[in-house]
Amino acid sequence: MINLLEELAGVRNTRVWRSVFRAGSGESNLHRSLAVQQNVFLHLASVKVRRRALEVGVTWYLGTLSLGGFLILVVTGILLMLYYHPSVPQAYADMKDLQFVVSAGVFLRNLHRWSAHAMVLLVFAHMFKVFYRGAYRPPREFNWVIGVVLLMVTLFLSYTGYLLPWDQLAFWAITVGSNILAAVPLLGAKIRFLILGGHTVNANALLRFYVLHCVILPLIAVLFLAVHFWRIRKDGGLYIGEKTNE
Amino acid sequence: MPDQMKKPDSGTGPCVECNRRAFTKAGVGAIAIAGAGSAVFGYEFLSPNVLYEPSPIVDAGKPDRYPPDSVTPDPQSGIYIVHGPEGIYTLSAVCTHLGCLTAWKPELGIIACPCHGSKFHTNGVKIEGPAPRPLPWLRTWVDDDGNLLIDRSEPLARKQFVRI
Repeated sequence: MINLLEELAGVRNTRVWRSVFRAGSGESNLHRSLAVQQNVFLHLASVKVRRRALEVGVTWYLGTLSLGGFLILVVTGILLMLYYHPSVPQAYADMKDLQFVVSAGVFLRNLHRWSAHAMVLLVFAHMFKVFYRGAYRPPREFNWVIGVVLLMVTLFLSYTGYLLPWDQLAFWAITVGSNILAAVPLLGAKIRFLILGGHTVNANALLRFYVLHCVILPLIAVLFLAVHFWRIRKDGGLYIGEKTNE
Repeated sequence: MPDQMKKPDSGTGPCVECNRRAFTKAGVGAIAIAGAGSAVFGYEFLSPNVLYEPSPIVDAGKPDRYPPDSVTPDPQSGIYIVHGPEGIYTLSAVCTHLGCLTAWKPELGIIACPCHGSKFHTNGVKIEGPAPRPLPWLRTWVDDDGNLLIDRSEPLARKQFVRI
């Protein structure tokens, strides 16, 4: 076991390894912080966390669970894209093929659907937890705003994904939803026309919702997620409450 | 501006500031013009110029297909062709609430929306429900071949009947 760790330390001190991860081996706090700070992905997170912040009661891990839902949705969504054509009426047939013909298709589709429902639920629960614990207060007020943007992105992702099966429920839900959008003063009808790419929910609308759902909204989500996690570190770590905040 | 920048003492004189300011102004101006242009092009690009949507004019066939005291739904076109005591007229079947397709209920003699429960008389007047307006009347006429035509693009301001 010790030999294995020594071997690993040897690998971490090679030129190739250190060209990728500049902090070589080392057990000191400095080395460990450098390893985190010098990694573009890890640097979003804190080098150190308080033990109390890892307890279930503080967060119920709702933010992490929301991220977990998002990651499941990205993986299953990309796989579903391999069998789905965003065209009329092929989209409906592809959805049915995923359910009855494609191996593991029904599993992936249901995993995508249930994870989407779960993510909306978890994001709301996360926001309620943050709100009722007062974790939105300064210095974390900007991260709350980022969180509101992420809630909106989650809801838009949910809404745009709803049209893609191209069944009766999808068609009428988007008809109703886009007519609600048309209630915006002055610009409503124009916004509806641009979103649908026409006057009715049709092939253009399906394609626009597909591009929004699979490209634009996920990119926005990833961007804001990165800022959201980085701000946790910048705002002094997770909020752990007044009494134990020493 | 490039001539001034070539001056050897431009690094220390007050002219550096004006050069910097002029450069910033030109840069911001260029970005603003590019931004406005992109917004216009983006808006134009996102607005389709050709739509492959069904024509708003519906050919409903010969008027004698619609006997007196009848309501004939055409869900594909989203209309009801009604032959009442005063003549034939056409109602839009699209609910004025949020755009769902309403349904003719012959057993009740009313039109009802499945989405949020609006109910209408066969003359379009609202009985109850969230719908803000009556079902619109659509322009209906008979062409030279004797076919009933309906224009779905605009609601009629005043009631019109086709009498055969």
